[in-house]
Amino acid sequence: MKQFLSFVKKEFYHIGRDRRTLFILLGMPIMQIIIFGFALTNEVKNSKIAILDNAQDVASSDIRSQLDASRYFDVVMEMHSYKEMEAAFKKGKIKLAVVFPQQFNSDLQHFNTAQIQLVADASDPNVATTLTNYATAVIMDYQDRVTNGRKLPYTIKTEMRMLYNPQLKGAYSFVPGVMAMVLMLVCTMMTAITVVREKETGTMEIMLVSPVRPMKIVTAKAVPYLLLSMINIASILLLSVFVLDVPINGSLLLLIAESILFILTSLALGLLISSSTDSQQTAMFISLTGLFLPTVMLSGFMFPIENMPLPLRILSNAVPSKWYYDIVKSVMIKGLGISAIWKETLILAGMTLFLLALAIKKFKIRLA
Amino acid sequence: MRTLKFLLQKEFRQIFRDPAIIRILFVMPLVQLMILPRAADYEVKNIKLSVVDHDHSTYSRQLVSKITASGYFILNNYTGSYKEAMLEVEKDHADLILEIPASFEKNVVKEDEGTLFMAVNAINGTKANLGAAYLRSIIQDFNREVRMKWVQFPRFDPEMNLQVTSSNWFNPSLNYRYFMVPGILVVLVTMVGAFLTSLNIVKEKEIGTIEQINVTPIHKYHFILGKLIPFWVLGMVVLSLGLILARFAYNVIPEGSLLTIYVFAAVYLLAVLGLGLLLSTYTANQQQAMLLSFFIMMVFILLGGLYTSIESMPAWAQVVVKFNPVAYFVEVMRMVILKGSSLGDIKQQLLIVFGFAVLLNGWAILSYKKRA
Repeated sequence: MKQFLSFVKKEFYHIGRDRRTLFILLGMPIMQIIIFGFALTNEVKNSKIAILDNAQDVASSDIRSQLDASRYFDVVMEMHSYKEMEAAFKKGKIKLAVVFPQQFNSDLQHFNTAQIQLVADASDPNVATTLTNYATAVIMDYQDRVTNGRKLPYTIKTEMRMLYNPQLKGAYSFVPGVMAMVLMLVCTMMTAITVVREKETGTMEIMLVSPVRPMKIVTAKAVPYLLLSMINIASILLLSVFVLDVPINGSLLLLIAESILFILTSLALGLLISSSTDSQQTAMFISLTGLFLPTVMLSGFMFPIENMPLPLRILSNAVPSKWYYDIVKSVMIKGLGISAIWKETLILAGMTLFLLALAIKKFKIRLA
Repeated sequence: MRTLKFLLQKEFRQIFRDPAIIRILFVMPLVQLMILPRAADYEVKNIKLSVVDHDHSTYSRQLVSKITASGYFILNNYTGSYKEAMLEVEKDHADLILEIPASFEKNVVKEDEGTLFMAVNAINGTKANLGAAYLRSIIQDFNREVRMKWVQFPRFDPEMNLQVTSSNWFNPSLNYRYFMVPGILVVLVTMVGAFLTSLNIVKEKEIGTIEQINVTPIHKYHFILGKLIPFWVLGMVVLSLGLILARFAYNVIPEGSLLTIYVFAAVYLLAVLGLGLLLSTYTANQQQAMLLSFFIMMVFILLGGLYTSIESMPAWAQVVVKFNPVAYFVEVMRMVILKGSSLGDIKQQLLIVFGFAVLLNGWAILSYKKRA
């Protein structure tokens, strides 16, 4: 035990003396929370739009000022021809153009009907759809106001409630994702690389000839990262509760217990990678393509899993972070208890045991 | 000149003798380009719907079959209790609950107004928003049908009626992959450029071979050019591979000219390589270099407009984005590939990235010292 503790101490010195790495490891989650929390939104607002007004009459300028007043749009340009419009799209200056036909107002007055054309830059399909919807809504609002909102017979109204996240904040879906990402990064990648680094620089040989059991050496390497990840979890949770206003609706204890389970899974993965590679670059390559990308892509945090083709959906079940992401979402946001997530927990525990067994089996006490 | 030739020979040999680098260069881009665009599909479809029907009327049945026929929704279950539907939402089996209250049909017909209740799982805000909007437009359609049946509208419509037509330029089928593939190409080129250069130089530091170079009469700029040129070439190769793959796997054919893409990429790669050089001069070992470049790349890529649009970012973030070369390349790639923008259209971005290239490389050369 004393031997083990002194090895742990050595690892702490190792990490503590590399200030830059330590700084990044502790700063990474904070940076991610800030970026995801404040900079990235799928909300569309202040989109630059142009007006091609062939009518230049009362109605068209009314609608134009309505659009400009809405927080979704900024009218930045006045167009005079389709050609000009296309050029503006190609320069990336506008996202949407609203085209009024000639005699817009007189059509409205005489026939009670008139057409407005919306042209969207669909190179970003979601933004195009959203902008078209918003612009249509603004125009319909205008129509309602002009007709004095007269009530039509046989009306079906809809009332809507947003569950869990009434303000539609992006933070609710990314905080669990950032937790999974950071833990994967700190535990798996860093453990794998530190072990391999000892191999690459030759110091592993020195340790392997010491009387300490090799498994102890490797476990000692994992301990500081366990602690680091606990600190990271704490800072993520504190930031999300106090800065982003994302509440922890479920039990904190359960959340922490599940996080420790996931940390163990990640550490086991890191050990497995380190025992099957010899160079830092390879370890990094495997961690990045084999772990980090799947964590981002297949855990359901950035991209919806249900939209993926079947092979990817099946593959996503093998990604530990997918299960952890589901667990955190259930406990933290939905406020559910263990009864709702026992299945996910069991799967994660099973994965951990399997990975650990594999890592131990593959660990070589002899150098090539 | 001869010194440079020898240095280049050395670098290329070193790269091609390292199987790990070959894998990073050719396998990683291939895998990413094959998987990422298929996974990164933000299109909102297949929304799972739970219907709570207290009415069991003709209308409620008609409405539900209209909703399922729209193609956006999958009927998860059809029950009589809200509680049961809520359980489905908790288990993530349903995204949206539509509650049809008792005597809904009667209210619409007799009282002229019936109300439907929707509850949306809003943890994912975008999906919730779009899903609710789709459902509401279907309900409005249904409403119109109902009204048509009851009211004989005169031929001349007394109500004012604005018709809005919309068209989607540059990507009329709203194919999400056309949007993602050009962006992912940028990520690939950037990763190769920044990661590999910084790791390569730091590795020489870590294993001590840089000292051997430092004691030779090689000039500073020889050394740096010797490191830059091979990775610049590799970056262009990865870009070409990516473009070919994009064409055959996703049918993404650039609308604009390939020359525009290559001219911009050539300048952009210089900037990214400069960044890699700079990182390597400020780090001591591969672990640090990797973490630092990973950290910076993460910030650049997240703030590069790849997944979320830059315009909706807050003002301070938009200022930060102005210093992000990745954002310019993502924008340019999408402009050239999807919209067919020409060199004249992207002049401004090209000049800015050129500025980055000069700045970063200059800084890197100044801070690189031929001392241990």
